Parts: sequence; C-alpha cells; structure tokens
Amino acid sequence: MPSKRYAKANRTRCVSCGACVRECPRGAVEIWRGCFARIDPAVCVGCGRCREACPADCIELLQREAAS
Amino acid sequence: MKPKHWYDYFWIWTVAYFALGFFNILFAWLGMVDFLVPLLFAVFGGNKWFCNRLCGRGQLLTVLPRKFGVSRRKPAPRWLSSPWFRYAFLAFFLTMFGNILYQSYRVFGGAASLREVVKLFWTFRLPWGWAYTAGTVPDWVAQFAFGFYSLMLASTLIGLIAMALYRPRTWCSFCPMGTMTQAICKLKQRGRLPEDTN
Ligand code: SF4
Ligand code: SF4
Ligand code: SF4
Repeated sequence: MPSKRYAKANRTRCVSCGACVRECPRGAVEIWRGCFARIDPAVCVGCGRCREACPADCIELLQREAAS
Repeated sequence: MKPKHWYDYFWIWTVAYFALGFFNILFAWLGMVDFLVPLLFAVFGGNKWFCNRLCGRGQLLTVLPRKFGVSRRKPAPRWLSSPWFRYAFLAFFLTMFGNILYQSYRVFGGAASLREVVKLFWTFRLPWGWAYTAGTVPDWVAQFAFGFYSLMLASTLIGLIAMALYRPRTWCSFCPMGTMTQAICKLKQRGRLPEDTN
C-alpha cells in the first residue's frame, strides 16, 4: 500500500544542498545534476524527514491521488 | 541518518582546519581545497557532489545538532534562501576574497607590510602572532593565510549561528560555494529539465 502522502521539492527554491538526501530513510531523493532535488514518489513514504531538514524550507508533502 | 560512508567523517577535517590554523596560520592555505574542489566538481562533473557528500562544514552543521541538539530546527526566514540574497552574499564573499588577494599582492610588492592579525567578521582584530614566526615563508604567503583564515572563521561562525537559530544546514542555503556551484550546474544544463516533474 502506498503512503497517503509523498514529498515534492520546489525546483526554483531548492539550493541543491543535499540535506534531504542524507535524511531520507528510503533513498528516494537525488540531486538532479547539481540543480535541484528530485523525489521519486514511488519510493517516498511521506515521512517528512526531508522537509524538516531542508534549509530552504522548499519541500511540501502532497496527498496522493486516490488510486483509481 | 547515521554515518554510513567513509566520506561521512569529513567534519573532522573542518574542526582540524581551525585547530591547525590556531597553532600555525600557514595551515590556512589548506582551506583552498574547500574552495577549489567544489568548483572542479561543478565545472567538470556538472554536479554538487562536494556539497552533497564531501563538505566537512555541511557535515559539521549536521553532526552538532544530531549529537548535542544545538539547533532550534525552525525554518529560517525566506529571504535567507532567496536568489537576491544568495547572489548578494556571493558577491560580498568574492569581494572579500579579492581583497585578500589584493592585500597579499601589496605585501608581495612591498607596498604594505605583513599584519599578523586575524580579523573577526571583518571588524574585530584578534592578535594571532603566536601562530606565525616571521620570515618562515615570504610575507605575502603569510598575509594570504591570515586573510583566508579570517574568511573561513567568519563564514563558519555565521554557519554555526544560523544552525543554532534555524535549521542545522541553514548556512548551506546561502553559502557562497553552494550558490556558485549550483549556478554552474544550472548553466551547464541551460534550462534542460528531467522529463517528469518529480
Ligand atoms: S518524505 Fe520521507 S521518504 Fe519521502 S523523500 Fe522525504 S525523507 Fe524520503
Ligand atoms: S534539503 Fe531542500 S534545498 Fe537542500 S537539496 Fe533538498 S530540497 Fe533542495
Ligand atoms: S553549501 Fe557550502 S557549507 Fe553547505 S555543503 Fe555546500 S559548500 Fe558545504
């Protein structure tokens, strides 16, 4: 069962520091070519640890669309 | 997360750097590694591996709150991570770095004499004479070391204050090296984006 929520980083405001990569227990985050963080929604469990660590406060937790 | 890679211990390097410079200012030159390596990764690799894996300062700012709880862990004001502030801070730092080069050049050319002081936040002069025996190296080499150590000290202290007040790695949201390397990476991609929007 996928989690109810998943994390998404704001590409414009992300500073690509990698703090979220370090915190994620699932290895769901990569820094895309040094530009911004990308979070794989299929791997993310919505725990929010990346959001708590982000110095730019640019990660939000979104509700997953109900699987149809 | 707990350390799991060999490179997760580079925070020791950051502590050692300041300790070594306390006893012999010439070790300040080693800080050029933290200046050049991130740029090499960004220019040739198009990545921020330095920030993301290797940077001792970023690790220190992570480790201290984890071990000693010395961060309020509150979101920082938005303007701290806004582009205009990041670029203004980068410009300020590059100007200060340029000034160090200029002062060293003046000492090299004999227009100024060596000043054995470490300046705290560009204002307070800390006498630091014990860390250098005059004549060990050309004066300009020592002048650069004093200037560069001051710059590293100021930026680390700002980082620690930001860590305490806000989130552990708040410094990284406006760190000049972080801004510079991200700008280089973005320039290399020039608007190219991954196909999905994750
Ligand atoms: S919410 Fe949790 S699982 Fe998802 S990316 Fe963030 S840290 Fe990883
Ligand atoms: S912690 Fe925040 S600013 Fe840093 S890479 Fe992750 S999303 Fe970007
Ligand atoms: S942003 Fe600066 S302090 Fe943070 S990891 Fe990168 S180089 Fe190190």
